[in-house]
Formats: sequence, C-alpha cells, structure tokens
Amino acid sequence: MIGQAISRVDGPFKVTGQATYAHEHWEAGQPLYGFILGATIGRGRITLIDASRAEHSPGVRKVMTYRNAPAQGAPDESIPSLYWRAQPVLTNPEIRHYGEPVALVVAGTFEQARAAASLIDIEYAVEPGNYDFATRQDQSYVPKVVNGRMEAETSVGDFDSGFNSAAVKVDQRYTTPYQFSHPMEPNACLAVPRGDDLILYVSAQIVDSARASVANTLRIDPERILVVTPYVGGGFGSKLGIHSETILAALAARQLNEPVKVVLTRQQIFHLMGLRPTTSQRVRLGAGKDGRLVAIAHEVNMYTSPHEEYAEQTAATTRALYAAPNRWTSHRLTPLDLPRGEDVRAPGEAPGLLAVESAMDELAYALAMDPIELRIRNEPKVHPETGIPFSDRRLVECMREGARRFGWDQRPAQPASLRKGRWLVGYGMAAAIRMHFQGPAKARVRMCPDGTAVVQSDMTDIGGGTYTILAQVAAERLGLPIDRVRVEIGRSDFPVSWGSGGSWGAANSSTAVYRACEALREKLLASARDKSEALSEIVARNHPEGLEAEGEIVSMEKDPNYRAYSLNTYGAHFAEVGVDVDTAEIRLRRMLGVFAAGRFLNPKTARSQLIGGMTFGVSYALHEQAVVDTRSGAFVNRDLAEYLVPVHADIPELDAVLLDGFDDKANVLGVKGIGELGVCGSAAAVTNAVFNATGVRVRDFPITLEKVLPGLPLMEA
Amino acid sequence: MRPFIYERATDARAAIAAMSTAGAKFISGGTNLLDLMKLEIEQPTHLVDISRLAFKDIEELPDGGLRIGAQASNSDTAADRRVRTRYPLLSQALVAGASGQLRNKASVGGNLLQRTRCPYFYDTASACNKRNPGSGCSAIGGLNRSHAILGGSDACIATHPSDMAVAMTVLDAQIELLGANQAARRVAIADFYRLPGDTPHIETVLGPNEMITGVVLPPPPPGRQVYRKVRDRASYAFALVSVAAIVATDGGTITSARVGFGGVAPKPWRSVEAEAALMGRPATMATYRDAAEAAMTHAIGRGQNDFKIELAKRTLCRTLAQVAQVG
Amino acid sequence: MQLVDVDIAKHTIELKVNGRPSNLVLDPRTSLLDALREHLHLTGTKKGCDHGQCGACTVLLNGRRINSCLTLAVMHEGDEIVTVEGLGSPQALHPLQAAFVERDGFQCGYCTSGQICSAVGMLAEVKAGWPSHVTADVASQQIELTAEEIRERMSGNICRCAAYPNIVAAIRDVAEGARR
Ligand SMILES: Cc1cc2nc3c(=O)[nH]c(=O)nc-3n(C[C@H](O)[C@H](O)[C@H](O)COP(=O)(O)OP(=O)(O)OC[C@H]3O[C@@H](n4cnc5c(N)ncnc54)[C@H](O)[C@@H]3O)c2cc1C
Ligand code: SF4
Ligand code: FES
Ligand code: FES
Repeated sequence: MIGQAISRVDGPFKVTGQATYAHEHWEAGQPLYGFILGATIGRGRITLIDASRAEHSPGVRKVMTYRNAPAQGAPDESIPSLYWRAQPVLTNPEIRHYGEPVALVVAGTFEQARAAASLIDIEYAVEPGNYDFATRQDQSYVPKVVNGRMEAETSVGDFDSGFNSAAVKVDQRYTTPYQFSHPMEPNACLAVPRGDDLILYVSAQIVDSARASVANTLRIDPERILVVTPYVGGGFGSKLGIHSETILAALAARQLNEPVKVVLTRQQIFHLMGLRPTTSQRVRLGAGKDGRLVAIAHEVNMYTSPHEEYAEQTAATTRALYAAPNRWTSHRLTPLDLPRGEDVRAPGEAPGLLAVESAMDELAYALAMDPIELRIRNEPKVHPETGIPFSDRRLVECMREGARRFGWDQRPAQPASLRKGRWLVGYGMAAAIRMHFQGPAKARVRMCPDGTAVVQSDMTDIGGGTYTILAQVAAERLGLPIDRVRVEIGRSDFPVSWGSGGSWGAANSSTAVYRACEALREKLLASARDKSEALSEIVARNHPEGLEAEGEIVSMEKDPNYRAYSLNTYGAHFAEVGVDVDTAEIRLRRMLGVFAAGRFLNPKTARSQLIGGMTFGVSYALHEQAVVDTRSGAFVNRDLAEYLVPVHADIPELDAVLLDGFDDKANVLGVKGIGELGVCGSAAAVTNAVFNATGVRVRDFPITLEKVLPGLPLMEA
Repeated sequence: MRPFIYERATDARAAIAAMSTAGAKFISGGTNLLDLMKLEIEQPTHLVDISRLAFKDIEELPDGGLRIGAQASNSDTAADRRVRTRYPLLSQALVAGASGQLRNKASVGGNLLQRTRCPYFYDTASACNKRNPGSGCSAIGGLNRSHAILGGSDACIATHPSDMAVAMTVLDAQIELLGANQAARRVAIADFYRLPGDTPHIETVLGPNEMITGVVLPPPPPGRQVYRKVRDRASYAFALVSVAAIVATDGGTITSARVGFGGVAPKPWRSVEAEAALMGRPATMATYRDAAEAAMTHAIGRGQNDFKIELAKRTLCRTLAQVAQVG
Repeated sequence: MQLVDVDIAKHTIELKVNGRPSNLVLDPRTSLLDALREHLHLTGTKKGCDHGQCGACTVLLNGRRINSCLTLAVMHEGDEIVTVEGLGSPQALHPLQAAFVERDGFQCGYCTSGQICSAVGMLAEVKAGWPSHVTADVASQQIELTAEEIRERMSGNICRCAAYPNIVAAIRDVAEGARR
C-alpha cells in the first residue's frame, strides 16, 4: 500500500467541485462581505480619512479604519517564526508600504462593499521612500541569522588565497526579480462568531500558525478559535501564515456578530502576501585545470522590509553542494519600503541554485568539460563545511540516470551550433539539492468496531496529497483496505502538526500516523486471541466504542540524526530549449528531472509535485517577475495578464523520474520531502540550455527575449 | 464597480436611443468593459446590452467581399469557412489572441474598441492622461516595456492591444456605424483610430452614441497572407510585436504588398513606408531589410521598449520571407 | 467625481443552471461567477482572478466555454449554463472527471473545475473543426487533436500547481477513448 501509485482519495470531490475551500462554506448561513482598501502611497501617513460617503453607501454595515479598529496585539519577536506572531492591521495612520490596508468595508454583497471602498476619502502626507534595490545596495547590513535559523555567514579555509591561486575562475553576478507565490486560490477567510468563540474557515498551510497568529492579534485564548481548512487551493509559502484578510474578517465578524468573508483580489495579493525578495548574487568559483574546485564563494544581497526582517537562505544552498577546501557564503539585506518578504516555494534554493548552477555551467565551458563530469569531480564525501557524513546522498546517480534517459550525449558541446528549422536548439542541466526539514507533528488514529479507521491531524492538504498518503500509511499498518480509512485533517481541534510547508508535511505527518498505528497495534495485539487475528476483529470484540492512539514525531533540533548527518534530497534537471533565430522567443522543448528523496509514499502524487516544481523553475528562468515602480513603491504589473506564469502551451513534454529509496536517518518510513525539490535547480537547467542554444549568457533573470536578441546572428535569407 | 442601470436592447434603434442617457455605454461580450468597470476605470451609469442584437451573421457580398456582423464572436469569425479560406490572416490573428473562453464571448465590435493594457491605465492611483486627461503619463519614465515605438506622443505611449484589428487593417476593412436617426456611415479602419496627440482619451472617430454594426472586408488582395505574433508566453499573452503581411510576387518580383504591425503603436499600424519599399522590388532579404528600415524610420524607444524596434524589423523580415516563399 | 448614491434597481432573473431553473433577485453588477457561487452556492466554479486572466471560472454557456467572471448574470436570462457540478458527481463521474483523477490532472484542485469545463468545450470546438493558433493551415477543417493542439487550446486555464502534462494526458485519454 505504501509506495503504490494510487489515485488521490479526495480526487472525486475535487473534479466535481464538491471540495470546499475557505470561502465556500455555507453551513453558517449568508455572510457579509468585506473588501480591503489599500494605500496608494509607498510611505507616509494618512492625514485625513473620511468614510462617511462609504458608510452611507447602500448595503454597508461597517467601515473599519485605524480610527475605529479594535486594539490588537503587537508582533512578539520572541516567537521564533513570523507566521505565529500577531499580524495587527489598521493600527495607526502610518503607511509602510504601497497597498497596505487602510480600511475594510463590510456590506451585504461583494459589489456593495467594493463600490463603497472607493468612496472613502483619504489624504496622505507622502514621505520619500526607498524602493530601488539597484541603487540602495550600499545600504545593506548583515542579518543575525537567515531563514531556517541558519547562519548568515560561513567560512572555511581561506577563500581569497584559494581563489587567487586557481587556474580557472568564474566571477559573476546574477540578479533575480521579485516573485510571488500566487496559488490559484486567493487568500481568503470566512470568520463566523459563535458567542465569544470564533470559527475561521481560512486558506492556510499551517493550522496552528493561523490559530496562534489570530489569537495573538485578537488577544484571545487560542482554545476559543476553531480553524477549519479541509481544502487549500495551493499555497507555495504564501499561506504559511495568515494575513490581513483573516485578521480583518475576524475583527469584523466579532464586532458585527455575523459571519464575514474577506477574499483578496488577485491585484491585492501583489502587495499583501507571498513576496520573494529580489536578489543580487555574486558567485566566484576557482578550479584547477582538472575541474576540481579550490574555492567557492556565494555572496547574496537582497532587500528586506525595514519593519519585518526576512532573509531568504539563498547562499545556504551552496554550503552542502560541492567540495572545495576554501569557502565563503554570506547574506546581506538592503532595507526598502516594500511589503515584507516571505517564503516562496523553495526559499533559498530557487534563486540560490539558479546562480550557482549557472556559474557551474560557465565553469564547465571555461574548462571545456562536460557539466556532469565537472559536478561529479566536485562531489563531496562529507558535508564540505561541517565534515559530518551525508545520509543517502544520491546526486551523482540522479545525474547519470538523467543523462541516460534524456539523451545527454546528443548535447551539442559547442554553443549555438544546433539548428532545427527556425529554432536554435540547446541542452542544459543542473543539479538539485534541498535540505530535509523535520518538525513536530502529532496524529491520532482510531479504529472503529465496524472495521473502519479514522486518522485525525490538523495537517493540511494544499495539493501535496496528504489525504491519500495518510490513508495509505494507516491502511497498510492496520491491515485495512484503503477505502476503510477516513482521513480528517485541517481542523485545529485535531492533534497539532507543522502543517504543509518547507516540504516537511508528508514525512512529518506520515511518521506521526505510522507511530499512532503502531501504538494502536500494540494496544490491540496485547488482547489478540492469536497472531492471525485481524485488528478490526480485536476492536469489535474488546472495544465496542473503538480504540485510538496518538503518534508523534519530534523537531529536528531534538533528533540526534540531525546532528550526526546532513539530510538532504537530490535531483538533476535536463532541459532542451529552442530560441527563435530571428525573434529570440524562447520556448521549452522538453524537460526531465530525476529525483532521489528516500522513499516515495505515492509515486503518482509525488511525480505531480515534482513536475509542478520543475514548472516553477521554467517560469523563474523565462517568465516571472514583479516590477516595482521606483517612484511610488507599487508593483506595477499586478495581475495575471502582466505577471506571467507558464500556461499549457509553455510546458510541452516534461517528466519526473523518481529513484526510489529509503533514508533510514530521516524517519522510520525512510521518507523525505519533495514539495520544493522540483523547483531547486530547474531554472538553471533552462538557463544553461538557453546559453547552449545561443551562446548568449543572461545573468539577469528572467531571460526575456530582449536580453538574448542582441546576441543573435543577423537575419539571413 | 459603480452602480448602473442595466437595459437589454431589443433592436439597434432602441439601443442607440438608450445611449442618449448621460453615462451610457454599450456592453457586448463584456470581456474588456467589465474588466475595466471592476477597477472603476470605466464607470458607466447606464449599460445597454447589445449582445443579443441581430448582428451576428457573416455574409457574402456581391463584390466577393465579406460582411462580419459586429456581434459575431471572435471564435465564430475565426472558424468561418470563408474567413479561413479567403482571409486566413484574420483567422490567424483571432486565434492568436486571448484564450478560447474569451474568444467565445468577445465580439468583433468589442474587440475593435478594447482599450490599452498599459498597467498605469489599469491603476487608478497612477497618473494617466488616457484615463484622467491632464494628469500626466506614468509610463514615460516608468515601466514601458510593452509600450509604443510608433505613433505615440509625449502625452501617451500606450499600444492598442488587438490582434484582429491589425489583420483588418491590412485587409482595408471598412467599419459600419449606425448613429441616431438611423444615420449609417462607413469608415475605413485606417481612419477609425486616432493617434493620441494631446488627447489620448479620444481613441476613435466613433460618435457618442454611434454603434458599430459590422465590418466589411473587401475582396482579398492578391498574395499570401500571414499573421505572426511575438509574445513572452507561447499563448494567452498580448503581442510584444506582431506583423500582418500580404504579399504577391511574380517571377521573384513583389507585385503587391500590405504590411501592418501590432503591439508597437496606439493603433493597428499600417506601414505604407514598408509597402512602398517592397513594391516592384525583388523578393529577397535585402529588400525586406530595406522595408524594415523604412517601417521603423520614425520609431522612438522609451528605454525598456527600445528592443521592439529591432524586434519589429526582424519579425517583419522573417514574415515577409515566409509570405513571399510560395507567393 | 460623480457619486451615484442610489440603490440600483435589482433585477429578477431566471437562470438555468445544470438544467435547473432558479429565480434570483440580483444587483445587476453581479457577475455570472458570483451569482453561481454566492447566490446559488454552486462553488465548484472558482474565482482565481476575476478578470479573465486564469480560467478558473470557466463554465459552459449554451455549450460553449466562457469565463464566468467577465459577464453579468443579468445578461444570461434564458441561457443554458453548465458548471462542473452539472457534468458529474463523485458517484457518477463524467469521463473527463474520471480521467483527471486517474491521471492526477490536478494537485490543489482549485483550477480543476475550470480545466474540466474548458476541456469539454474545447473538445466540442475541435469536433466542429475550429482552427487554433498551432493549426498549420487554418483553412483545413480537419483538426488532428495532437498534444500541441490540446496545449494551445487549453492555454486559457492556468494551473499554478502545474499539472499540465497530466491534464493533457487526461484529455487525450478521453478524446482517444471517444474515437475508438
Ligand atoms: C486576459 C485577457 C487576454 C486577452 N488577450 C488578448 C490578445 O492577446 N489579443 C487581443 O486582441 N485581445 C485580447 N484580449 C482582449 C479581448 O479580445 C477583448 O476583451 C474583446 O475582444 C472585447 O470584446 P467584447 O465584445 O467582450 O467587448 P466589450 O467588453 O463588451 O466592449 C468593449 C468596448 O467596446 C464597446 N462596444 C462593444 N461593442 C460595441 C459596438 N458594437 N458598438 C460600439 N461600441 C461597442 C463597449 O462599450 C466597450 O467600451 C484579452 C482579454 C483578456 C481579458
Ligand atoms: S501610456 Fe497612455 S495609457 Fe499609459 S500611463 Fe501614459 S497616458 Fe496612460
Ligand atoms: S476568475 Fe475568471 S478567468 Fe480568472
Ligand atoms: S491544481 Fe492547483 S492550480 Fe491547478
């Protein structure tokens, strides 16, 4: 059962429109509709706000501004993660970034609320803000730690002298743009007051953070809040924490004592959630003529909000990747008056591997060496910084298997040498690595006398396949057919997990469920008639009300394996692109990823996550970028017609191959995370293929056609 | 979206009469108007629904041309057998635009009148002379990668986003208009759109309560037709540059040429300069290069869109090479 | 700026959704999408962008696929609207719904209703011989439903989870099954 490619158990609900997302619950009756009004300046303060026209607009029940919003808790910096802290809104007239909520209008219908929002009269005193990353980098500082509580700077050996002595050098700067998570389901909350209690139907990756954050903001006991989120329409980091939509819905629902629904518009998302920092990265590689690295440095500068620091662990990616005696990684932050940065799918790896794996490709060309051979020559035996062993490192195997399946030997060694019709064709590859995180999670499993079992956890299913894999684990351990297992997740009255995020969800929760099943088996087998008696029979005989047990996994800080081993997942990406010889339009032709991440609980859903991740990489290489107007601090291209993500036609043949395995250092099931692995390195494979096709190396992402056009040959007949 | 009174017109005369109310606007497919109304860029107080009027047919004309009703959907127009065989360029342009869903709703009349995708036009907090005359142009000195290189002014450099209209421009389409008191007139598409000058908010010569009832296509000119669209995504994206070309050759000499550009100007751009540079010349890359230079003589880049000049030249050359191939 | 401070007349309309007529009293501003979701509680049809830019709201209007976010409910009196709920149920899946499950043509499921309705409409368009941007000769009335044709024709439906290859496989399964 575990490891089988079974179809999603929640699939029939999703394909028929029966799966209910945050703002689709009707059990509490007709809600009111809240609409957020955002600031139209980047920095300054409100000098006048007059809501009287809006208040008298038809259907309006309430207009909340900083002048009448309830007092709220302040973010407590001693809470380690941003996402568990209070998120107060409408607390004062200061504007810290463009689009920051300045009012919530609540009305009987969505149209009434939205129309009334534009009737609020506001005047601002605008202050000059800093919005231009390119010109502000000299203002940067070194953060204390970076995301994931990693060190901001690391050093091994003597980078400078190592690099200076190297026979072959690469020293380049790569820049990546602002990007947004943009799950298809906008962030949304339906808040339902029940006396002093509150039910929140919210689109959340982590139920516990949603509950804690609301409780801390509203300053109420978390036990009075029930968070419900059975289906989540994607998250990609942007729903690790809740945002203003949830706080404002909760505040309004309590004040009006009626259900209130607030959904962000797609345009609002560009200022209110899910923003990945822009980066400028310098990568230096020094190697001998044999390709062996003697020095490697990865220095990253990125923007941060001055109010809520966020440092993506972009250079940390390099720490475990290749061997080299002399090493240096660092992060710097440039404060800009923009919304806070947040985790976006594969934080750190997505921009970091794009830079490093581009640089490795440049080194391979400088050495006239096959890029795979170069990587194999630099494969470390132990973690190159800490010296601890790797558990289950299979990078080389991924590269070799991928090369074989992709037909890497057909790669033109000479850039710009392969032409197919109007297309210049090129091949590129890149390596993938991602640390495997482990977090505390609990689950409860109950066996009922009718021969069914129920799994409960506050874990979420954001598309990763939680319902299915947890059912598989429980079915196997309890000896039941899968349709006899019911998985209930996404409620805060279930045992607490770490939710979905950081690729940790499946490994954490399946281990907790496994342990719950083992505990249950132990209890039951103690009263078995004989060894062959089925568990369901024992339940029926001895426990007419059913029997349950809990299972748990501890945080990685408490797991000794995390001190003794470097636990990661691995992969290799191979891309073939075509570049129109006249117009420089760049189109992916085919792509393959090969991945090793311990055991795959369900190859069907795992492959889906990986191809989805790879597509993010294609997008990062070729499409996605949010542009700030440095005069106003606004993201200008703020809709899905201007902020481009790939459509069907951009993704032709694209596949992921899973190298099954078992990482016994990870957990009892041998499972590691895959939600982000597909993103890691995939953009670099595409980028490297563009170079192979054209001989033009673009280091400023995404590679839009105007960056390649000047390097193309003249028009021919 | 601001409140409005909704009215469904039963016939053209009633629709036009309803337009005499201040703040009235026609709604057809709604795919552009509602997009803009939701953001309060358009704020009609009275909506006259013309989507059910009897202008859906595509009819043969005695001279061998075709008359396309203004209410014909973009899909039906693209799929019409006569359009596909006699005006393949128009089919190609239509199916290169928007998405299957949008084309099913979008009407020919609405497509001609769709407004720019300039992101500052879409942001009511930004200065924009087109949306709010006299407020300034945020695109100049701002994000202008997708903006015009031809025909713009210091007041506005927005592009017209339609693909269909570019094809119709090289087909010398005539736009049929109906005004109050049954006053019907026809305007050549070349004269239908106005350049921004100092009044970028005035985009066409359409009168305040005039309705587009149809588009007349004269018999197709000789030669092969190709519409080529260059865009960032493979589909569902507006043109960075597009080229519509119809070229006929005789013994390797160009005997007739029509050239239009999309994505580069405030209106579908007919390049008489390029056409002149092609006529009577040999169908060779050298000729195409001359035509491209001629077409772009007056092109002005605004920074981020500089690349469009080179891109337009290269796209034109390749398209001409393709059309003249079998021509 | 002009202020329209009147409650606009509500319209009583009859919408026919999934074969069932229902009477609604609506603010004329209500999009067809919001009428389905907020008034008829048919939340299978999703709102991803509300501006025609994602396809999550795709429904069939008189058999043709459209974006329900960019049309007004009041404009559709008497029209036949089919949503994902009208195609099948968990117990009786439409062939495309079954194929999406089998091929894992989704992850989070939020774009899925739109993809499926779009695919139903798209297959009908192919059957009617409509050309697409990748049809080599737009004049030819016979469309071969290659993967490339499917991808181009489905491009109005964005899937951020990027189940694209699986969606194409599901559609091919159904199209080929129907041909057999
Ligand atoms: C995401 C997205 C992508 C798109 N991509 C493309 C693209 O790549 N290429 C492209 O060409 N287009 C594209 N479009 C635009 C689309 O083609 C237009 O929205 C559509 O053609 C407008 O037609 P409609 O009938 O819906 O117009 P409506 O929205 O109904 O009307 C538009 C305007 O025309 C007026 N009007 C309509 N009919 C008449 C008439 N008969 N007489 C007088 N006035 C009239 C209306 O009052 C309104 O001002 C895209 C649209 C979207 C939303
Ligand atoms: S280019 Fe035209 S539409 Fe865009 S901001 Fe300037 S005036 Fe407005
Ligand atoms: S919600 Fe209608 S297209 Fe996105
Ligand atoms: S399944 Fe999540 S967006 Fe398509």
